[in-house]
Amino acid sequence: MKSLADLEAIRQKTLDKVNLRREHEGTRIVVGMATCGIAAGARPVMLAFMDEINKRGLLNVTVAQTGCIGMCRLEPIVEITAPGQEKVTYVHMTPEKVARVVAEHVVNGTPVAEYTIGAQDK
Amino acid sequence: MELFRSHILICGGTGCTSSGSTKLLKRFEELLEEKGLTKEIKLVHTGCFGLCEAGPVVIVYPEGAFYSRVKVEDIDEIVSEHLIKGRIVQRLLYKGSVAEDNSVKALDDVDFYRKQKRVALRNCGVIDPENIDEYIAFDGYKALYKALNEMTPEEVIDTIKKSGLRGRGGGGFPTGLKWSFCAAQPRGPEYQKYVCCNADEGDPGAFMDRSVLEGDPHAVLEAMAIAGYAIGANQGYIYVRAEYPIAVKRLEIAIAQAEEYGLLGKNIFDTGFDFNIGIRLGAGAFVCGEETALMNSIQGNRGEPWPRPPFPAVRGLFGKPTILNNVETYANVCQIILNGADWFNSMGTERSKGTKVFALGGKINNTGLVEVPMGTTLREIIYDIGGGCPNGKAFKAVQTGGPSGGCLPAHMLDTPVDYDNLIAAGSMMGSGGMIVMDEDNCMVDIARFFLDFTVDESCGKCTPCRIGTRRMLEILNRICEGKGEDGDIERLEALANNIKATALCGLGQTAPNPVLSTIKQFRHEYEAHIYEKRCPAGVCKKLLSYTIDPEKCRGCTLCSRVCPAGAITGKVKEPHVIDTKKCIKCGACMEKCKFGAISKK
Repeated sequence: MKSLADLEAIRQKTLDKVNLRREHEGTRIVVGMATCGIAAGARPVMLAFMDEINKRGLLNVTVAQTGCIGMCRLEPIVEITAPGQEKVTYVHMTPEKVARVVAEHVVNGTPVAEYTIGAQDK
Repeated sequence: MELFRSHILICGGTGCTSSGSTKLLKRFEELLEEKGLTKEIKLVHTGCFGLCEAGPVVIVYPEGAFYSRVKVEDIDEIVSEHLIKGRIVQRLLYKGSVAEDNSVKALDDVDFYRKQKRVALRNCGVIDPENIDEYIAFDGYKALYKALNEMTPEEVIDTIKKSGLRGRGGGGFPTGLKWSFCAAQPRGPEYQKYVCCNADEGDPGAFMDRSVLEGDPHAVLEAMAIAGYAIGANQGYIYVRAEYPIAVKRLEIAIAQAEEYGLLGKNIFDTGFDFNIGIRLGAGAFVCGEETALMNSIQGNRGEPWPRPPFPAVRGLFGKPTILNNVETYANVCQIILNGADWFNSMGTERSKGTKVFALGGKINNTGLVEVPMGTTLREIIYDIGGGCPNGKAFKAVQTGGPSGGCLPAHMLDTPVDYDNLIAAGSMMGSGGMIVMDEDNCMVDIARFFLDFTVDESCGKCTPCRIGTRRMLEILNRICEGKGEDGDIERLEALANNIKATALCGLGQTAPNPVLSTIKQFRHEYEAHIYEKRCPAGVCKKLLSYTIDPEKCRGCTLCSRVCPAGAITGKVKEPHVIDTKKCIKCGACMEKCKFGAISKK
């Protein structure tokens, strides 16, 4: 350790890990993980989200779980709340859909309309 | 790098460790392993959260769910409900952390934390103290880099001076000034100087320093290195009491990690500055918290003070110029270097800047550690943060400053807490112990307790302290036994003033304070003991007598059966009588009586 850059490198590397414990205004990805969600395959979806966020090294994104919101037929359900945006609810999620949601919604701020609950009802 | 979706923070401070947090950690480890969650959920053993009353404390992020008094049996539920299904276990939440709509409040919004301002404790309960990377993530060692590369030693000292930081160990001496005295001694490779850290926290009821060492040891190491740069020293010693095994262990780990990263040792940050830190263990003598006695002890001698001047800044450890600061003082230094003197002196009062950590104890609901800006009133600390006295008892007094401080009664509750106000009120800041007393505490007995402590801890080197405090204790013992005489109060005052004026070190000079302040604030209690031979709070056994009210007694015989001394006699269904000659005043009868017929006076 000889320079500020060395220190900063460790800081950045660890910041991701401790970020969760800070109050922040980042994006929240909430996966429905009640019995219905788990039965419909929510776990692989959640793991896929974590994997994708990790790969991209995204800061300020938390992955949380929640219980059943009552629409068990649409599980796995994932809600994403980005700062300054309305909550977007994705339904019938699969691990395959995750990469696109992260790229378009979490990174670029454009929800993937065709996966959302709105598209489902049409 | 692994990404974890959830962090479980388990308090590893001494309070929570003794209430079983290590077992919780083990159980969590087992269960996460069993459920295959180890890649998703991270377990962190942190320092103290401060709310020791509610321990063991477990906090689960990202929700920030604050679980209190967690038992090993509860962990299965937390794992299966919260961690797997995302449902917070409501029944285990700390009651103050649940909002009216049943949602979980952010930790900062909980009453206990809301009025606090955490500077010295900012990393306690947030980072893993055994992982230097986490400290670095929260801006650790940046201040050292800044000092070494962007500031001259004079600028470092100037910044500390301007910040208004005063010693947190009790005396309140301006830290920057102390550093400048030592820096003024000749510097250079041929001139050895030392930086010492006083972690010999001995006041009964005080545990701020322990918490900082346990929760954020690197902050102390970094600040010591900065101090070394400022005064021209390359060797530091931390004098820590052996009774703090967790703190010692974490310090050892922290020093090893910092050395491995090159943040301690030779040529730090390629600037040519060397700094090493060693740990010295104290063997539990209160007097070793006094600076010269501490240095004697580091040198391997008996822990006895030596007369000053010369002050340690001129001739200290091993006869070389030395600075000695308290743990909490150091814990503020890095933040001042990083954020600037103006940031620090914007907090607090005119002559006391920044924040102070207090250890709340005694008759108070939220026993624990709090950090508040200087100038916060006693009322805010005791009621808004501490939650007041338990069981609806009336507040009587608060003792600040430990055995060197004094008692402040209820009418002084609105005193803003800072160095000067407390001294003006007849007490002192001390290291930050705050012991709350309610109506059941006898003030004479309290004074006797503290004096008993100092008599025990007096090193015996100087006469006023060795003999004078003992004479005072004898008088107090007599008063508590009902043998007080007219003139005792005056005798105590005269002795106290003489000891204060003539004792060699801080221990003796402050030892009479609890007696003087209780005489000043609660003279009527002393008078009741001496002239009326009664203890108003019902504490001093020799002055009590238990009596049975014949009107209320139903003759159930319960009291006579529990009396260990056979002092209660009476026939069934007839009023009983206590033989005061046989009575040992244990109170067993009063506890058992269902009719409230027994009273003590």
